[in-house]
Amino acid sequence: MTRVSEHINQALHDLMESDPSVHLLGEDVSDPYGGAFKVTRGLSDRFGSRVRSTPLSEGAIAGVGAGLALAGDKAIVEIMFSDFVALAFDQITNFAAKSTSMYGRPVPVPLVVRCPTGGNRGYGPTHSQNPQKHFIGVPGLSLFEMTPFHDAGELFARMFRLARPCLFFEDKVLYTRQMYRTDDLFRFELVDDVARVYLDGAGRPDCTLITHGGLVHRALDAMRTLLLEDDLVCELLVPAQLYPVPRLPGLEDARHVCVVDDGTEGGSWAAEVATALYPRLWGRLRRPITLVNSADGVIPAAPHLEREVLVQADSIRAAVKEGLS
Amino acid sequence: MIVTAAPARSPRHALYDGDLRSLLLIRHFERALLRLFEQGVLSGTTHTCLGQEYVPVALSALLRDDDFVFSNHRGHGHFLARHPDPHGLLAEIMGREGALCGGVGGSQHIYHRRFLSTGVQGESLPVATGVALKLAGSGALACAYIGDGTWGEGAVYEALNMASLWRVPLLVVVEHNGIAQSTPTSAQMAGTIAARAAAFGVRHHHVTSTDVGEIREALAPLVDTVRAEPSPLVVEFATHRLGPHSKGDDTRPPEEIRRARESDWYDRYAEADPERFARIDREQRELVERVVAEVSARPHSRPGGSA
Ligand SMILES: Cc1ncc(C[n+]2csc(CCOP(=O)(O)OP(=O)(O)O)c2C)c(N)n1
Ligand SMILES: [Mg+2]
Repeated sequence: MTRVSEHINQALHDLMESDPSVHLLGEDVSDPYGGAFKVTRGLSDRFGSRVRSTPLSEGAIAGVGAGLALAGDKAIVEIMFSDFVALAFDQITNFAAKSTSMYGRPVPVPLVVRCPTGGNRGYGPTHSQNPQKHFIGVPGLSLFEMTPFHDAGELFARMFRLARPCLFFEDKVLYTRQMYRTDDLFRFELVDDVARVYLDGAGRPDCTLITHGGLVHRALDAMRTLLLEDDLVCELLVPAQLYPVPRLPGLEDARHVCVVDDGTEGGSWAAEVATALYPRLWGRLRRPITLVNSADGVIPAAPHLEREVLVQADSIRAAVKEGLS
Repeated sequence: MIVTAAPARSPRHALYDGDLRSLLLIRHFERALLRLFEQGVLSGTTHTCLGQEYVPVALSALLRDDDFVFSNHRGHGHFLARHPDPHGLLAEIMGREGALCGGVGGSQHIYHRRFLSTGVQGESLPVATGVALKLAGSGALACAYIGDGTWGEGAVYEALNMASLWRVPLLVVVEHNGIAQSTPTSAQMAGTIAARAAAFGVRHHHVTSTDVGEIREALAPLVDTVRAEPSPLVVEFATHRLGPHSKGDDTRPPEEIRRARESDWYDRYAEADPERFARIDREQRELVERVVAEVSARPHSRPGGSA
């Protein structure tokens, strides 16, 4: 049994061991602190100056990462809370992403920006957001998210192979969960790199849920209640690549599709997934794809208020039931 | 290694009761928060100002009601020195009725009268410059507290440049505690804050004393100049963080934590005036205990409700 944070930590150790061109930068990432969420523990002790605790300079460290990448190395930059990636928006979108194509020939920029993300921890409005949607549709930029089903080492290798900047979101509550575990009712498999979580032996599901890594456990809780209380069978698809939206397997015979997204509603990842699916599924869908998002509001610090704003298992359950009614 | 050190010596100026009360209110409030976290009653995170309480207490007498104060993540002392309302602040942190901001903001996002804090480092300085631009000529100023680590953010320099160009009444109070979360200043700051201020033609004053009266005496004419000219001023306090950055995350070597403790004002004021200190210390400790009991018993807050 491995916690997700330990799993990512191990993947970073393996990556830096196997590839001496990889650098890691971020605030307080060095030992003994090992990062705000301890994901970089042991790396600076082991890899010396390839791992650097930086000043509080999110914009510049994203740029430094891009510079290392431009000069032929590879860089991983940690943004302590993904909310602060806003400070690196210019470096990521206007330099790192664009430079892969704005010079009239491909320029490789192997840069991964790691972003601890999400709420449900009572950290308040500037430390809890899911900013994925702000980076959708930026030419030259890919978005990935950690899930409990995908090997982080393979994801890092894949992102670097793309030779373009990638944002890698890691949900802060997911850090504390175990890798490769589902609810005892469900099993999972990887299909073309998308995790498919399904009820063993069940036929065609009543609803196919699509979500990102940070929401997996809330989606599983909803699926369990839907099965036991409402007699509804759901299947769950979890892509590690969020954007460009990858091919999602097995939707051709879906009775209903519901995309669940922890970002605030409006211009959301969920809408992007639905946009990608409509042309493919148009003739078969019996009703519009259901989108479930966090509310259009800031994320309060007080847990009783925060809970109401973010997507929860009961809001997923309610949305599925409504979609099927 | 912490490069700053406050001189360890007994206070030259006797403290007013009100100042001692304020210092001890903040001290006991912060201690109570760490206890509540240990008991699992608080969620999220918190950053206590243990050891740094005297900075906002010294400044409180130099600030006017119409001044605007910008605070940061380590802001409970900034707030309590200006508004002695531990009920409202604790209710905000606990999400209870009577919360300053309905429980939406929590520990680091408070807007109460002319006091505003936010949790993104460096963000406040341009905003404070804008407020100061509006206040210029009125005699009021904008005061912004920032840490040493926050000098890593580019927004700090963009703001200082404009504040100096446009001669706005901006008082930047730097709590230089030698560390940013886990990173010592020596690993995150090249050069000095004084030289950075000088580069923008901004006056800089260094405070090494922890003596409230002495600090005030030195700062009063400088703060008057900020208002009258008007002009920006950077006041850099050499100070010490006694506790963890947030909670349970202190990775400093023990001798460094010991050194920080040795600069603490608490024992020195206790020795200087044992009887009065003990009386007010007990009074404030009991006050905070009552506040904790009262606020914990309240129902959950609703935004836009009471407060
Ligand atoms: C833009 C931004 N980056 C990172 C953080 C996380 N963070 C909060 S406090 C802190 C250290 C701040 O150090 P300093 O300015 O010296 O203040 P101190 O904590 O010492 O009072 C960091 C890295 C943040 N809140 N905002
Ligand atoms: Mg500091």
